[in-house]
Amino acid sequence: MENANYQKELLNQAGLDMMSLCISQLGKATEAYLNNDADLAEEVIYTESHVNALDISIEKNCERYLALYTPVATDLRFVMAILKINIDLERIGDHAYGISKYVVDDETPTPAHLIKALQFEKMHATIQDMFDDIVDAFENENVKSARKVFKKDKILDTINREAFAIIEAEINKDMSVIGKSLQLSSIIKKFERVGDLIKNIAEEIIFYKKAELLKHKGKKK
Amino acid sequence: MAKEMEVSIEKDIIMSSDNIVKKESLKGQDAKISVKNTKVWYGDFQAIKGISMDIKPNSVTAFIGPSGCGKSTFLRLFNRMNDYVDGFSMEGKIKINGANIYKKKVHVEELRKEVGMVFQKPNPFPKSIYENVAYGLKIQGISDKKLIDSRVEKALKQADLWEEVKNDLKKSALALSGGQQQRLCIARTLAVEPSIILMDEPTSALDPISTAKIEDLIFELKEKYTIIIVTHNMQQASRISDYTAFFYLGELVEYNKTKTIFTKPEKKRTENYITGRFG
Repeated sequence: MENANYQKELLNQAGLDMMSLCISQLGKATEAYLNNDADLAEEVIYTESHVNALDISIEKNCERYLALYTPVATDLRFVMAILKINIDLERIGDHAYGISKYVVDDETPTPAHLIKALQFEKMHATIQDMFDDIVDAFENENVKSARKVFKKDKILDTINREAFAIIEAEINKDMSVIGKSLQLSSIIKKFERVGDLIKNIAEEIIFYKKAELLKHKGKKK
Repeated sequence: MAKEMEVSIEKDIIMSSDNIVKKESLKGQDAKISVKNTKVWYGDFQAIKGISMDIKPNSVTAFIGPSGCGKSTFLRLFNRMNDYVDGFSMEGKIKINGANIYKKKVHVEELRKEVGMVFQKPNPFPKSIYENVAYGLKIQGISDKKLIDSRVEKALKQADLWEEVKNDLKKSALALSGGQQQRLCIARTLAVEPSIILMDEPTSALDPISTAKIEDLIFELKEKYTIIIVTHNMQQASRISDYTAFFYLGELVEYNKTKTIFTKPEKKRTENYITGRFG
């Protein structure tokens, strides 16, 4: 049993490492975009291979833990949660990679008034706040922190919903911002998706701790 | 005295004793076996501390718990195997098909026709394969050769052994492999046509292939029989049983659908046991 607990602890640590790596990736990608910093964007692109390697390693270790220790109850929920959280984190890493590619491929800076109009920084701050919640939830098995992200995700949804009309208005005012507006719109969609992924992670943490299935609950038909 | 445990089978949900609202309990004739406030002593030692539970017909119920928790003692109450143990005494009621099996007028031999048993170690008689299966029928006084032949064949087929031994029925049962011997013992039990089969760690002495065969057999047999199995193998309990009862220190800690016990047990003690944290 000691060995099984040790393996579980290793998986837990690997999950935390993956979380902090992907959060850092998205943070750097956003910073690179805001400052038009191609070097930082290159670093994110380069680090993506590390994200992928950690993703595969976690998946393999989960498979081994399932095969060798046949976990049940809380241990089974733990490994199921780690597997799913790992997939969500890897996708967050992919979004960071995508944003960084924009910075490297197009060296012209995004006009500040567009960033302001689309509440880009508010979105970024909300995501950081949600990341703080899930890190606390994961590290300290704090279900309360996990539940906090659901409300915050709605802020991202609202900004995303309103973005189209704002972009349309900005383009009507100045046709030269079409390219940058579309690029920014794509990043906002990525941020909105990151919010959903953080929400999924929170649901998995709650499932692990409370055996409570939240998936697809509260969706309006 | 330990707190009395009371557990009841419900149509869809079985819940453990504490904090429950009982709904549509399957009682009396609906339960195949009904146990009420049963306590068992061996001399001064109390092995069972007041257990109540109902067992659903045509289902597989697994008894799990650490060594010495009383699960085998409890299982052996259902065919009165403990009667022969020195210092055995009991209180409470155990009903099978609605009748109290511990009434004085009950014939234990008759009871064992209804409640068959398979043990941890295969225990064939030093006789032929045929004689082993026919034994129970012969001591019942059945002498019609055709009837015995057909019951032997049927039992061996039910135990998934017929194809392997049909040309060697006169061969000594002791020449069979361990897994075949255990299936022969199951056939011997089935030949007398019981409705309940008790299994006390029936695969603990078998290799994985033989274990898988016995497990498949248990799955097939539950259509016609009520099966109770004592096992130390958690994966086996989760694979083959419909309901699981967790025993600890002579008490029934939790009794529920197997899928609930192994995914979301109600009691911390159950979770600690099934996840290997104690026991």
